[in-house]
Amino acid sequence: MEESFEVALTVNGTHRTARVPARRLLSDLLRHDLGLTGTHVGCEHGVCGCCTVLLDGEPVRSCLMFAVTAAGHEVTTVEGLAAEDGTPSPVQRAFRECHGLQCGFCTPGFLCTVTALLRETPNPTEEQVLEGISGNLCRCTGYQNIVKSVHRAAVLLAEAAGEGES
Amino acid sequence: MKPPPFGYHAPGTLDEALGVLAAVPGGKVLAGGQSLVPLLNMRLAAPSDLVDINRVGELDTLRVTAGGVRAGALARHARVERSAAAAAVQPLLGRALRHVAHPAIRNRGTVVGSLAHADPAAELPAVLAVLRGTVEAASARGRRTIAAAEFFRGPLEPALEPGELAVSAFFPAAPPRTGTAFAETARRHGDYALSGVAAVVTLDEDLRVAAARTGHLGIAPVPVVFDLTGAAGPGGDWAAAAAHVRERIDPESDIHAGAGYRRHLTGVLTERALNAAASEALRKAGE
Repeated sequence: MEESFEVALTVNGTHRTARVPARRLLSDLLRHDLGLTGTHVGCEHGVCGCCTVLLDGEPVRSCLMFAVTAAGHEVTTVEGLAAEDGTPSPVQRAFRECHGLQCGFCTPGFLCTVTALLRETPNPTEEQVLEGISGNLCRCTGYQNIVKSVHRAAVLLAEAAGEGES
Repeated sequence: MKPPPFGYHAPGTLDEALGVLAAVPGGKVLAGGQSLVPLLNMRLAAPSDLVDINRVGELDTLRVTAGGVRAGALARHARVERSAAAAAVQPLLGRALRHVAHPAIRNRGTVVGSLAHADPAAELPAVLAVLRGTVEAASARGRRTIAAAEFFRGPLEPALEPGELAVSAFFPAAPPRTGTAFAETARRHGDYALSGVAAVVTLDEDLRVAAARTGHLGIAPVPVVFDLTGAAGPGGDWAAAAAHVRERIDPESDIHAGAGYRRHLTGVLTERALNAAASEALRKAGE
């Protein structure tokens, strides 16, 4: 019988626990143990970016991290991006407005990546956008509308920040 | 795929970590995991035990002095890449780090882990080699410092003994009137490069070339360093220096590029990087 470990971490602001073997990937903990299937698993070796989540606010590949290593940390998944009442975040709204998705498989990874990108670089240049999303693959859109979505999200975030100040 | 089962150890201190490594000599160290976990997921590696050092806070260090940059075993790529202090002392490090995979990978991956993984196609081993840096290894028996020239023994084969942990890496500072540059070509952004080069050029007080070195990745089983001071001459004939490199390397063909193309590409990148490093050295000499 494989040894199991108690893992306690914060997911989308909620304290969660699970008992899992050491080899449980963070992506599988989220999907199978916690039922958060918004995080998608594509390549499972860090190339496609679909499983990207925020670990203490920074985008990381959840397929390249063990759940036991994530214990004690704060994880944000795509389910945690919208407001509590379900209002989509500015990044989510921008992707909808600009048609930044088609099949949607890569979208959770893009949303998490872009959320962190714009937090660090609120007004990115075209080059910074391309570099920022270079680790996420999309097989439908050809990226043009995703790039547009990132620029649009920057505008929406700036507007939201402006409203917050006044 | 999913990783095979392994015994899991999560020490909280360095002493504890060295104790565990001494007790399980087949144990593999898990730091950022950005190279190790893919190998486990694809079942290309199946270590009996993993020693997860992510809770060893004393290894999460980045010390910058006039002498150079010392990265502890838990210093993530992103932290070193963003460090203005590290860039001021040794700019080559940050320049090379921008070519390491993607931002999300650099948030987890560690500088020391990349060295200990010893992938000949990776950027940091070539940087450590060209700068003549060192790796400090610790075990329950004591500590030792390993020079870059001795550290890379073969592909994925660092000079670490069973029970040893690479606790830090030291990248020496750039001397005065020194410029550095990094250039590589990959088929896709963030992929391992077909060929890459880190160049360091130092001028003397009369602006003649005092030292010129390149470190290469992707063209041999270990990083390759060339001293091109003689080949370039005091005036800095970088085309001659690049030709010197091109004639002395023996890259292999693989699915991504043929040997002839790699040789040609290495020459082009070498000349480009040496030119950029020399321009920077000239600028610094004028400051």
